[in-house]
Amino acid sequence: MAFHYELRFAGIGGQGNMLAGAIIAEAAIFFEGKYATQVPTYTSQVRGGPTKADIIISDEPIYFAESTHINFFLALDQRTYELYKGDTLDGAIVLVDNGLVNVPEEDKKRWDVYEYPIVKTAKYDVGNVITANILSVGMTGELTHIMSLDNIFKAVEKRVPPAFLELNEKAFNMGVEIAKKLKAEKGKN
Amino acid sequence: MSKAQIMNGNELISEAALVAGCRFYSGYPITPSSEIPEHLSKRMPEVGGVFIQFEDEIASAMAAVGASYAGYKSMTASSGPGISLKQEAIGLACMMELPLVVVNVMRGGPSTGLPTRVSQADVMQARWGTHGDHMIIAVAPETLLETYTETIRAFNMAEKYRTPVYILTDAVLAHLNGRVELPDPSELEIIDRTQPSVSPEEFNPYDVEKFGVVPPLPNKENFPKYRFHMTGLNKDKTGFPTVNKEAVEADEERMITKITDNIKDIESFEYYKMDDADLVVFAYGTNAAAARVAIDEARESGIKVGMFRPITLWPFPEKQVAELGKTFNKTIVTEINLGQMLYEVERVTQGNTEISTVLQASGVPIRPQQILDKIKEVS
Repeated sequence: MAFHYELRFAGIGGQGNMLAGAIIAEAAIFFEGKYATQVPTYTSQVRGGPTKADIIISDEPIYFAESTHINFFLALDQRTYELYKGDTLDGAIVLVDNGLVNVPEEDKKRWDVYEYPIVKTAKYDVGNVITANILSVGMTGELTHIMSLDNIFKAVEKRVPPAFLELNEKAFNMGVEIAKKLKAEKGKN
Repeated sequence: MSKAQIMNGNELISEAALVAGCRFYSGYPITPSSEIPEHLSKRMPEVGGVFIQFEDEIASAMAAVGASYAGYKSMTASSGPGISLKQEAIGLACMMELPLVVVNVMRGGPSTGLPTRVSQADVMQARWGTHGDHMIIAVAPETLLETYTETIRAFNMAEKYRTPVYILTDAVLAHLNGRVELPDPSELEIIDRTQPSVSPEEFNPYDVEKFGVVPPLPNKENFPKYRFHMTGLNKDKTGFPTVNKEAVEADEERMITKITDNIKDIESFEYYKMDDADLVVFAYGTNAAAARVAIDEARESGIKVGMFRPITLWPFPEKQVAELGKTFNKTIVTEINLGQMLYEVERVTQGNTEISTVLQASGVPIRPQQILDKIKEVS
């Protein structure tokens, strides 16, 4: 069966989830030669409203571009988590910022849940809160293994202003390392 | 050129407009169409064109009509609330017989409705939004690539038939970022308005006797040489008002038949998996993508279902849909509204087919599963 993978990045406006989704789609198209789509959904609020980016990556052209069978779900906000988790497949990978999202126990049984204080880590360990989305991209790359990390980082490079590249490289690599650590804790590689 | 690019529907409309020769854009930003003015505000000056953000939708639509009068290929874009305001100018372009491309990136309504959410609820507005007897051309692309090619076709038809042409997309297609491989511009047919073959002194903008049903119209290079009058009043061949009943009747009828008599050139549609189908789905625009996925899945479970997808929505494909009514016992009409093109399908099929619907106005796309459920229910 042809490769087909659906992701959803959900959060609140201003967190950079739309861009994170665009980077994943761009990596797939430009550096992996695949078809991909990214569809943002947002509200009328400039900042603070629930947002999501649906990303589909496939070997074949994509017609219906909203994620309806989600393999990977990222959430950085409680309300948005509840609002948009519904399309996530049983056994899917779910990544949340546990400083912002409490995952109910029944969800932990249903999904392969990873929790980490993503935003805090970006702020204090990377050194700038705006890198939270790139940290998420690094974690997504390592948790999903749907593309090579090199190709995902090439897409980051293409998008990030040169002056902020070093900072974002730090965020990306930290995301990869954190994901490796979380997987190791679960006995996965 | 077959290099993969990532663009969204709004950017594709903008780039296609430039390739089609559009050199005047006027508008007022509104979600979900705002990436069109955003993109063109950068790109239009690069190609020597004019970009103006006006104080409101009414002024911007009137400016687009004025620019067309002055020979420019012109475009304005908005969403439902803005399109409501632009109706006066669209009617003026109908009456003046000026080429104009109007983009409506549809969102929920009425009024300001759902600014960021999807809808197909302006399809009847496109047909009848401006007052008076008139015909309109409207196209509704399904995919990113088709958004590009239909924009070029919209400009070509506007020029060829001296008429406003709507491009109807929606919030999903507008903001869908995906892979596209654009055709080489040199491979595309670009139509420009026919130029007067007579001297400026002999030129009349509606001289049907001399030039045929779509008279020539000076382009922006020739416009300064030609002096001619246009008005929103019913006109004679000179462009000045008349109330002569025979002249008015003929003018009214010609403004419609110049389009309907050329339906073969204007119509565009797709039959998808219809060869052996015994059930047909009528869908258009982005919603057709959901129908396509549903049909593929239904066929995997042995249901012989196909799709008729109009790409030109107006004029309505009466001949093709009437034929569907005679061929199929059952038809599913699906659209992201509470039933608008449904009226046309009902009118044209005259009770010959049993119609079921998948309609939705909640601001979210209709999912393939919803259409699949209906297919299974009626098959």
